[in-house]
Amino acid sequence: MAPILQLKGITKRFPGVLANDHIDLTLNQGEILALLGENGAGKTTLMNILYGLYQPDEGEILVNEQKVIINSPTDAINTGIGMVHQHFMLIPVFTVTENVMLGSEPVKMGDFLDRPKTSARIHEISQQYKLEVNPNDYVKDLPVGVQQRVEIIKLLYREANILIFDEPTAVLTPQEADDLFSIMRSLVKQGKSIIFITHKLREVLDVADRIMVIRRGAVVGEADPKIADKNKLAEMMVGREVNLVVEKEFKEPGEVVLSVKDLVVANQFKQVMVDHVSFDVHAGQILGIAGVQGNGQTELVEAITGLDKSASGKILFKNEDITNCTPRKITEVGSAHVPEDRQADGLVLTFPVAENLVLCTYYKEPFAKGVVLQYDKILENSEKLISDFDIRTPSSLTPVGSLSGGNQQKVIIARELSRPIQLLVASQPTRGLDVGSIEYIHKRIVQKRDEGCAVLLVSPELDEVIELSDRIAVMYRGKIIAIVDAGNVTKETLGLLMAGIIPEKIEKEQGEKVVEITF
Amino acid sequence: MTTTTAPSTAVIQRARISDISRTRRISTGVIEILVAVFIAFVFARTLQPDMFTKFVMTPGGITVGSMGDWVIRSQFTLYLLAALCVVIGAFQLIKGFGKFTNLMVGFVFLFLIFSFLTWQAAGKSLNLAGMLSSSVQLAVPITLGAFSGILCERAGVVNIAIEGMMLMSAMVGALMGSITDSAWLGLFFGVLSSVLLAALHAVLSIKYKIDQIISGTVINMFSAGMTAFLSQKFLQTRQELNNPAMFTRVEIPGLAEIPLLGPIFFNTNFFVYLMFALLIVIQVALFSTRWGLRMRSVGEHPKAADTLGINVIKTRYMAVLLGGLVAGLGGAFFTLGSVGRFDEGMTAGKGFIGLAAMIFGNYTPVGALGAGILFGFADSIGSKLSLLGSTIPSTLMSTAPYIITMIVLAGFVGKGHVPAADGVAYTKE
Repeated sequence: MAPILQLKGITKRFPGVLANDHIDLTLNQGEILALLGENGAGKTTLMNILYGLYQPDEGEILVNEQKVIINSPTDAINTGIGMVHQHFMLIPVFTVTENVMLGSEPVKMGDFLDRPKTSARIHEISQQYKLEVNPNDYVKDLPVGVQQRVEIIKLLYREANILIFDEPTAVLTPQEADDLFSIMRSLVKQGKSIIFITHKLREVLDVADRIMVIRRGAVVGEADPKIADKNKLAEMMVGREVNLVVEKEFKEPGEVVLSVKDLVVANQFKQVMVDHVSFDVHAGQILGIAGVQGNGQTELVEAITGLDKSASGKILFKNEDITNCTPRKITEVGSAHVPEDRQADGLVLTFPVAENLVLCTYYKEPFAKGVVLQYDKILENSEKLISDFDIRTPSSLTPVGSLSGGNQQKVIIARELSRPIQLLVASQPTRGLDVGSIEYIHKRIVQKRDEGCAVLLVSPELDEVIELSDRIAVMYRGKIIAIVDAGNVTKETLGLLMAGIIPEKIEKEQGEKVVEITF
Repeated sequence: MTTTTAPSTAVIQRARISDISRTRRISTGVIEILVAVFIAFVFARTLQPDMFTKFVMTPGGITVGSMGDWVIRSQFTLYLLAALCVVIGAFQLIKGFGKFTNLMVGFVFLFLIFSFLTWQAAGKSLNLAGMLSSSVQLAVPITLGAFSGILCERAGVVNIAIEGMMLMSAMVGALMGSITDSAWLGLFFGVLSSVLLAALHAVLSIKYKIDQIISGTVINMFSAGMTAFLSQKFLQTRQELNNPAMFTRVEIPGLAEIPLLGPIFFNTNFFVYLMFALLIVIQVALFSTRWGLRMRSVGEHPKAADTLGINVIKTRYMAVLLGGLVAGLGGAFFTLGSVGRFDEGMTAGKGFIGLAAMIFGNYTPVGALGAGILFGFADSIGSKLSLLGSTIPSTLMSTAPYIITMIVLAGFVGKGHVPAADGVAYTKE
């Protein structure tokens, strides 16, 4: 059978980067093709070309063996190509119906929206493909998994035959991801074809019919998921052997460093985002907070680090009350914060590396005498940290914004970990980083724990939490619904907890006192 | 799998922390009792027990739909209102009204205003209907300014140049209305001048992506300077150029005969009818048509709209031009509907108060009209009381609308939904 989509010799150059280097790709009707590669390998660029957001410098696109030119997303939709974006293209304050109809609205009496017609069509689509959703709900009220279904319905409503999924599982719980995979299978069974972009090995092995690996903008090989092996794929993806497991020895926890008691945090709309949360973190222990993004982790971390006020409850640092203290005060008692959004909250992008490295200490000796900054000391400090933490930068005076994501994160890690600290609050410390940087940052965090520092690690990546943590607290809709011992908990159990379901036999399965159900 | 999918389709319901904290409850109660004390000791005590307040219930100069005067005992009414405030305040202190707290604050505020009027007019007569009627009239430029703001900001373009557009339209309207001796032609040219300024704002902020506040400020300054110059050069020296034909009162047969409401709403200026017509048109267009859905999508998430084939740039241009048109109508009201001549700076910040009304009305036309009438009422109190020969200096009273604007905004900003992409220029990747 003729392929439904062919890309021939697609090349795209950005200033200084060859994002796509003569890529050939073939997609057959009714198959799921996985495009596997690290962040920055050029997968998303390739798909944006296919979706009309970028124009290729060379190469051609064939749909049903006809050459097509795609200049805009509208062209892509008209040729039957649809994309589920990594960051959903949904309008939160619109209903499901309004989001689906937007851009191709049925109208009556001139220009009046025919909402019932669209609702009926949504209903049909959700029946046919088992995409359960209520057309009248506002998107902002829906869980992420359902929002993604709305994105898929949008494409089916426009009768797309080739569906591109860009890192679709990044925001899902493991169970929601499994739901998505069964939806994808049902789609291909009914004649649709899918390109599935990801960097997660487990997923490609689970769902793909064929795997294509991309590295540095070029195709490095194809694989059959039935016979492919995880380590081999990882090696193809990264280009060298990778150590997928973090090495960590057992350590007896010390005294309580951080103690959170009955904490409530509300957002600006007075909605309770952190709902009566209590836990302790001991010295020499990593407490991981697992949970799907948006379940209150951000607000919890902001309250602990003094960036947000709590509505009630207490936060104690070694029995000293630090509730609603200023961030500077909390820093000075001996805590460090690696923020979730490094560019917005962690760095001043236009400042040089050297200045970013003293953002918490610039006002103290030896970096300042009175009101005057001591630049020689600041530069000395910077040279030392750049070599200690292996920050790849042209110089101490390079603006931090021009470094790569991994090196920006290393600047934050260097600044925070080089101080004498007793508590480290790390929020998504490896978000968007390549495998090499992830390995390095994990090693540093474990090293800090071994030195006796208490670590609070927040991450939506379940693998990261399981590998690094000594104990794991699961957050769901603002509550910590369970705290489990990391040593003997299965991924499936955690996945259920992340979806808010407390497995009935959890205690029996795991032995006594392993799981503390906290609500 | 059945157990895992169950919660995922449900709508997320989040608990809210109590809206009314203890401090808020007590401070509100104390304020309410202080209002009562104020009414009793400042207003009521200074009056004689046998004084009467007469409220005239038919606006001046109107014969259709008139009704009798409303005469009340001044001091007795004031003590009664003070007592009501004490009851509300005491209940608030002891138990609290919960979610009705703001409503009760509203009532106490209303009582305070009414007490103030009763006190000021004790022993005299005050045309209450005239005051309400002028509130609606004074609401016209504010509400039209708010509508203009809604059209622009729903599409994602902040427009603080409404003030300048109104001022220009008022001047051009007066000039062209005088030259052509036609109110309609005056209106046409006034609106045209405002649309041209809007086009300038659109090009600067959409095409050249200049900060929208800066662009708006520039237009306001240009407009203030230009109208002042032209006014001094021509309108002041040659009075025949500043004497436009005006829109007169239009009586709607039948409806105009309803007592109180008839004279206020159905026997009034063309611009008042226009305001209500635009209210319906904009409300329906925004929320029930394809045009409105696309416009709002551009103000919320332009990238999403773009990926669905909606022309973000074109939509924004259209929104800003329409905003200019509505602002122009509001500006022309000053010279062609209300005063009958142009004076320098005569819009007096009404365009900005219109933006406040837009925010207070949560970016909806209905809300904006309500806020517009509230601000119009504040304006009207100021002008009516200075006619009564009040002891309070009229200059102080004329600040009332601005003070009320500040109080309302301080309490409201950040609570409603602002279009997510408001003020952010759109760049295609």
